Amino acid sequence: MAKATFSVRRQTGFATIALVCFVMLYAPILTLMIYSFNDGTSVAIWEGFSWRWYERAAANEQVQESALLSLKIASIAAVLATIFATMAALATTRTRPYRGLTAIFAAINTPLMVPEIVTAVALLIFFASIKVATGYTGIAYLVAAHTAFCIPFAYLPIRARLESMDATLEIAAADLYATPWRAFRRVTFPLLWPGIVAGLMLAFVISLDDVVITEFVKSAGQDTLPTYMLGQLRRIVTPEMNAISTVFLGISVMVVALFFFMTRKKN
Amino acid sequence: MSTAAAAVEAKNVSKIFGAGVGEVRALDNVSVTIRQNEFFTLLGPSGCGKTTLLRLIAGFEMPTEGSILLEGEEVAHLPPFKRPVNTVFQNYALFPHMSVAENIGFGLEMLGKPKTEVQQTVDAMLRLVRMEELKHRKTSQISGGQQQRVALARALAPRPKVLLLDEPLSALDYKLRKDMQLELKRMQHETGITFIFVTHDQEEALTMSDRIAVMSQGNILQIGSPDEIYERPADRFVADFIGETNFIEAEVIERIGEDGRIRLPSGVAVSHKLASNAGVGSRVTLAIRPERIDLVRADGETHLKGKVDNIVYFGTDTTFHVGLDSGQSVTVRVQNRRGHQEILQVGDVVGLTIAPEAMQILRD
Repeated sequence: MAKATFSVRRQTGFATIALVCFVMLYAPILTLMIYSFNDGTSVAIWEGFSWRWYERAAANEQVQESALLSLKIASIAAVLATIFATMAALATTRTRPYRGLTAIFAAINTPLMVPEIVTAVALLIFFASIKVATGYTGIAYLVAAHTAFCIPFAYLPIRARLESMDATLEIAAADLYATPWRAFRRVTFPLLWPGIVAGLMLAFVISLDDVVITEFVKSAGQDTLPTYMLGQLRRIVTPEMNAISTVFLGISVMVVALFFFMTRKKN
Repeated sequence: MSTAAAAVEAKNVSKIFGAGVGEVRALDNVSVTIRQNEFFTLLGPSGCGKTTLLRLIAGFEMPTEGSILLEGEEVAHLPPFKRPVNTVFQNYALFPHMSVAENIGFGLEMLGKPKTEVQQTVDAMLRLVRMEELKHRKTSQISGGQQQRVALARALAPRPKVLLLDEPLSALDYKLRKDMQLELKRMQHETGITFIFVTHDQEEALTMSDRIAVMSQGNILQIGSPDEIYERPADRFVADFIGETNFIEAEVIERIGEDGRIRLPSGVAVSHKLASNAGVGSRVTLAIRPERIDLVRADGETHLKGKVDNIVYFGTDTTFHVGLDSGQSVTVRVQNRRGHQEILQVGDVVGLTIAPEAMQILRD
């Protein structure tokens, strides 16, 4: 019955192109995962199955510390970024259009397009002067940097959710004697929640994954898991890196899957 | 009517949106008094300002000029959550994350009423709109007509002084709309609350309202009961917007005080009351409803004469389009009684007679 309509699936070579794309996407990751179970020390020659690299990674204090720092920074930065992003999204969708609205919208989103290395260098120089002035060298710099570049990522799903939400609902709440704050708490916030969760998870994953900015901003001894791995890879490559990467991938997939099921249940 | 009996008064209200070249005058110096316990309708085409006036009363917009009084008290600058006025929205705007009962109880809860009172009122409201069995459903799990009832119950539950209804029936199909029109009248009667109803549907306005305000381009053109509006439209717009109307030009040929004589296009002169500004020789426009014209034999005494151009059968009645000698076409509606319509055929020459009181002289 749908024969008369156009379908990309019936174009010649569709299956082949799709297959090539999937192989190119997933073959390297699959290889990485397979060699994390290699009994030997090579990441290219298979010498039998073993859990040894997982055990070794788990016992590695530097891995533990950097993983903990990664989680710490990602959690704080994701929460902060989501709060800012929610406020920004409300201010850009739930107000009457005002002069400069487009400029503000652009300002929130340009960080997505600025080359990361530029941001990294800028932050390095900016924070260096603060470090000199205050003497403080804690993780606040990393948290601040991560929060900043996570905001646009958190902002996008929250704004999308707000825009698809019927603004009349908030007017109806006001009509039914709800003060602006109560209208937000009882109507806007519960309906916005899936968007906020999406923003939070996206920000969390983006922060967890960051290398460039972290590498430039971190002080001595402040390695996150990705910068630790980068440091290790410069010296010697063992399947331990594969094992860490595999666990890392697992966590990211879990976060995304969790989000997917949470939002699906809501709808 | 004294001020004490007024539910809502708008005094010289203007509302301007935008500024500069994009400026839109949605309301232009509008004044209206809506009485208590009245079913009052704001009627007009889209863009006439009827919804803006409703939103000003609800508090969703602030007037650019003028004042809005609710039972004698100035409310123009109060936010909506401080006004004892509730709204039924066009798209219902039910809270999708709450049950039917939670939606209905929302206003009372926000007013800080005790739980038991909220429960009792919610149950009473569910009975009023005949929705008891759907109390715990999510609003997404009920039909459009049911959502409409929940929206009504939600707006009535806090017992507002005035209920505002923004084209609430426009999303319903014909049969359901007819039923809801009667339901709304019943609820207004049972609750004794003042209803202000916005619609662009003239039939809806005529069947439901105690009084109607006809609006166009930010102005109120006429306020009156349905039969006043229909029988004595104040101007050409009102006559044209409400029902079908024939407009016929006539000339004043004589006047003594308020009484005068006017000459129809056929040359026939008739006596008619005249407005003060219509002097001898001036032209006036008559509005005549199609059902107030009688078809008679052309050789008898007639007001107008013409040829039948077209006959359209409607079941309860038949519409004749009669072309006058002047070239104008007049619509005549005749109720179908046995044997009546069969006499006339397209091309026949007929005479038209019109009762003097059915000729309404329009304001210029």
